Amino acid sequence: MKILVAVKRVIDYKVSVRIKQDGSGIETSNVKMSINPFDEIAIEEALRIKEKGLASEIIVVSIGGDACQENLRTALAMGADRAILIKTNEDIQPLATAKILKALALQESINLVILGKQAIDTDDNQVGQMLAGLLDWPQGTFASKLEFHDNGVTVTREIDGGLESLFLTLPAVVTTDLRLNEPRYISLPNIVQAKRKSLDVILAESFNLDLAPHLKIINVAIPEKHRQCIRVETIADLVRRLKHEDRVI
Amino acid sequence: MKILLIAEHDNQILKVANYHCLTAAKELGNEIDILVMGEKCQKIVEQASLAPGVQRILVADHPQYTHQLAENCAKLIAEVGKSYDYVLSNATTFGKNLLPRVAALLDVAMVSDVMKIVASDTFVRPIYAGNVLATVQSSDKIKIMTIRSTAFAATPIDQKPMATIENINILIPNELSKFENQSLTQSTRPELTAAHIIVAGGRGLKSAENFKLLEALADQLGAAIGASRAAVDAGFAPNDYQVGQTGKVVAPDLYIAIGISGAIQHLAGMKDSKVIVAINKDPDAPIFQVANYGLVGDLFDILPQLRLELDKVSS
Repeated sequence: MKILVAVKRVIDYKVSVRIKQDGSGIETSNVKMSINPFDEIAIEEALRIKEKGLASEIIVVSIGGDACQENLRTALAMGADRAILIKTNEDIQPLATAKILKALALQESINLVILGKQAIDTDDNQVGQMLAGLLDWPQGTFASKLEFHDNGVTVTREIDGGLESLFLTLPAVVTTDLRLNEPRYISLPNIVQAKRKSLDVILAESFNLDLAPHLKIINVAIPEKHRQCIRVETIADLVRRLKHEDRVI
Repeated sequence: MKILLIAEHDNQILKVANYHCLTAAKELGNEIDILVMGEKCQKIVEQASLAPGVQRILVADHPQYTHQLAENCAKLIAEVGKSYDYVLSNATTFGKNLLPRVAALLDVAMVSDVMKIVASDTFVRPIYAGNVLATVQSSDKIKIMTIRSTAFAATPIDQKPMATIENINILIPNELSKFENQSLTQSTRPELTAAHIIVAGGRGLKSAENFKLLEALADQLGAAIGASRAAVDAGFAPNDYQVGQTGKVVAPDLYIAIGISGAIQHLAGMKDSKVIVAINKDPDAPIFQVANYGLVGDLFDILPQLRLELDKVSS
């Protein structure tokens, strides 16, 4: 089984995001960037599948500028076998991402694609589902557990209010939720070793796909905050306010 | 404008979120149809036909649609939806699972988590877990969107059925996936994302045992229990309790943060709550910056007193 994992370079989850002064977008210069946390979980899951002897190769892919090579090296240091950067400086939206991943999945004869359920920057939660649709493969979104069988995989999904399990035939697309696993730490020898692994760069244009954005960002803004914290002196006063002023209890 | 709303249901009950979604649909236009996919879903059709302002209920009732799996249902929605201007559903795990696949089949973009309709092609949606609001304009002929329930009021239900009911005779089999089972949390407590009140604990609770102290308070208030990432990472609370950028994003009427310092990633998941109460021993904790009410003190002293005071007002 060959596994494809996509990683997105995003502003680190610990960083407080700032918008550009003209409201045209998010300030990303001089900001710490990391692999999208859900994608790290996707890499970890692929590694565990391979460690069980169920996969022969793990390919990681990222779409974006040269800086994404840094994140692909991290994925290689975690244990992925080789990496591909689909290089572009354009705004690649989920549908375009899905089109590129489809081309790559077919080209590399992939059996399983594991993606994060969403990226923590644009929060779209779309690529996995779109990719599965374009490929006409089954999808297991928001996965918290995978169990492989001879003819497919059982995916436990986190749905509102509980869990659901689906049996998917392979090839398939799975998207990860938080509970699937806890990504491993990277050891120094692995970082060194990762430098010797193959990292190919392919230009996005070379796929001859329509990658133009369908959504135009008009502006971005920080939601207004109107809170002034009242320091209450007594618990009785707090409860009285909640009951009679805010009427929330 | 023709709008198709995809009903979320379990063949028994039409989910409340659909009525919030309907309010958004009405802001877009007045030719609204609801698509009900399911098996033996007559009850759903009856409930949907009571939704005011809906012209037609389109019904695809077949064992192939029982669990509304994405593999064939997305094809059905794409087939029905291609003659509409908008296809809408809820920004729940149901809508999020289904609609992106529909968008891909129609070769259009999707707008997730719509919070506001600015114009027929322009919408506001949260990015960075709601820390930033983006106004986006779609150039697609068919606009596929999930609607965030907390941003639109629910449309009240009518007493007499208004919509006409039409059966859809398109059968699309699913050979790719199979439903195995579902285990919904049998909790007497409400679900985190649907709760009116959330009691959430952080590292300040110090242990998994202490974390259980929140249960009594939650039960007293009919609240759901949440946790910060720090509390989850420390093993005090299970992962599905996590509120934050990488956990669940919530906006209840009342959010009580107990022993939570207020890391950015936690604040991102709860700051849209209507009323926030912070209980923390550190007067400079960032949680107080987003709170309406702050109580500085030892949570182990405050918790029992709070329960006592709540008892007084409820009796």
